[in-house]
Amino acid sequence: MGFEKFGRKSFTSATKTAKFVDFLMEGKIMGTICKKCGMKYFPPRADCANCFSSEMDWFEMPKRGKLETFTVAYYAPYGFEMDCPYSMGVVDYGDNLKLFARISKNIKQDELRTDMEVTVKPVQYEDGQIAYEIEKA
Amino acid sequence: MPKDVAVIGVGQSNFVRGYEGSIRELAFEAFREAMEDAGITTKDVDASIICSAPEYDKQRSPAGVIAEYLGLIPQPTVYVETICSSSSTGVRIAYGLIKSGLHDIVAVIGFQKMSEITSAESQERMGRGADIQWESPFGTMMPAYYALYAQAYMAKNGLTLDDLMNVRIKSATYGQINDRAVYRKPVLPDDFDPNNPNARMAQVVSWPLRVGDACANADGSSCVILANAEKAKAICKKPVWILGIGAASEAVNMASRPDFSKGIRVAHIAAQQAYKMAGITPKDVKVAEVHDCFTIAEIMAYEALGFAPIGEGKQLIREKATYKEGPIPVNVDGGLLSKGHPIGATGGSQIRTIVLQLRGEAGPMQVPGEPDIGLVHNIGGVGLYGNVTIFGR
Ligand SMILES: [Zn+2]
Repeated sequence: MGFEKFGRKSFTSATKTAKFVDFLMEGKIMGTICKKCGMKYFPPRADCANCFSSEMDWFEMPKRGKLETFTVAYYAPYGFEMDCPYSMGVVDYGDNLKLFARISKNIKQDELRTDMEVTVKPVQYEDGQIAYEIEKA
Repeated sequence: MPKDVAVIGVGQSNFVRGYEGSIRELAFEAFREAMEDAGITTKDVDASIICSAPEYDKQRSPAGVIAEYLGLIPQPTVYVETICSSSSTGVRIAYGLIKSGLHDIVAVIGFQKMSEITSAESQERMGRGADIQWESPFGTMMPAYYALYAQAYMAKNGLTLDDLMNVRIKSATYGQINDRAVYRKPVLPDDFDPNNPNARMAQVVSWPLRVGDACANADGSSCVILANAEKAKAICKKPVWILGIGAASEAVNMASRPDFSKGIRVAHIAAQQAYKMAGITPKDVKVAEVHDCFTIAEIMAYEALGFAPIGEGKQLIREKATYKEGPIPVNVDGGLLSKGHPIGATGGSQIRTIVLQLRGEAGPMQVPGEPDIGLVHNIGGVGLYGNVTIFGR
């Protein structure tokens, strides 16, 4: 339990990685790292597909990355229509770590460029849902 | 070059908006055509594989219902899905069943009645089309995902919106002459002009992709009947052999994807497998069907299949190389863009097109020069599943 609060609308309630939401409330965006083999995961995983260990630590994601790609959605699935238009993108931190998220409305659409320097910040919406958004670095 | 498993019959329904019949009746249309094409009876078919994307089906476990309606009981049947590549996956499994010696003849039936559910239900399901734990909560949809690939690809490789438009114009050229296609109208540059108030294709769905960059939803069915070498030679005057078959899977989450500007990884991997098994190179392919669910997907497919170097796919559309008269004709049946994309039926329909081309029976769409090798590229989801299958006479 506890994962219902993730994103604009969550489709998942039970997950072993629900603590991710508690970290978000503390202002931290966390991935998991395998205690046994050191493999890093984002989005977080409870189990390591590399060595089959389920002993994972949390680590904080890097502060800065590059916007690898983005899109501006003018149509939305059911339950997201009121947010349109909204932008989404992929941040590449290097070292095989990437993150997918909404892009903050603080970045204007005509300012969006691939390879621009960005950061990612937790954000809480008016209805109490919590997520993270891509912001200017 | 292996010649162990052949296609001996192909069929396809009309691809339409709002099919007026049930899913079993829809499946029957393609099956009847394929059976008449093969000239066999239901007793000759040892097993069936039924393929669709389950989120559109009201019927739970459609395989049994459809197998009965097609007259294929008590033979074994099974349901197979890899979303948009379900029926290519069905053909892959049929290949294995025949090659193992377990069965002699297997029928693969793909279908989708996208209008089975209401558009509100469809919108709700579309929102769950990706990683529902980590991505769907942001409000993702299919066009947005392909737009991520398009944006990265265009920025890196100098592909333009006009190049994408020209892919759509090519598809429409052939959709007009394919009497099974859902979209039969021509498309002109004017249709993409944002300054033209009547432009049907210009509206942005998810930047940089516009309405005209997206394939047409449709209801439809397809059927491919496969046989081992002994049966194929005995039954069929023009068997078309499966020469190479490749498949791959990918991380569902965009955060786990490699370089977006390089296209869909599963397609590259599946293509390499298929070429290696067939013992041929991309230059040997005379006609191809690629998974153009969006215009950008066709450009990326050119590169994954080795028809163009990485980053140079745009040249093929600029030089009209993939038109019917060009060196490597692609989607000369209208593709998913104009023929339509009834999810579970799409792979089987692509295979039908290639089989007809290799037999010289493609009518107004026939590629000149009696093509002897054809290829089908069929992708499930946003590069989640990739299938490349090579056919030869
Ligand atoms: Zn590990």
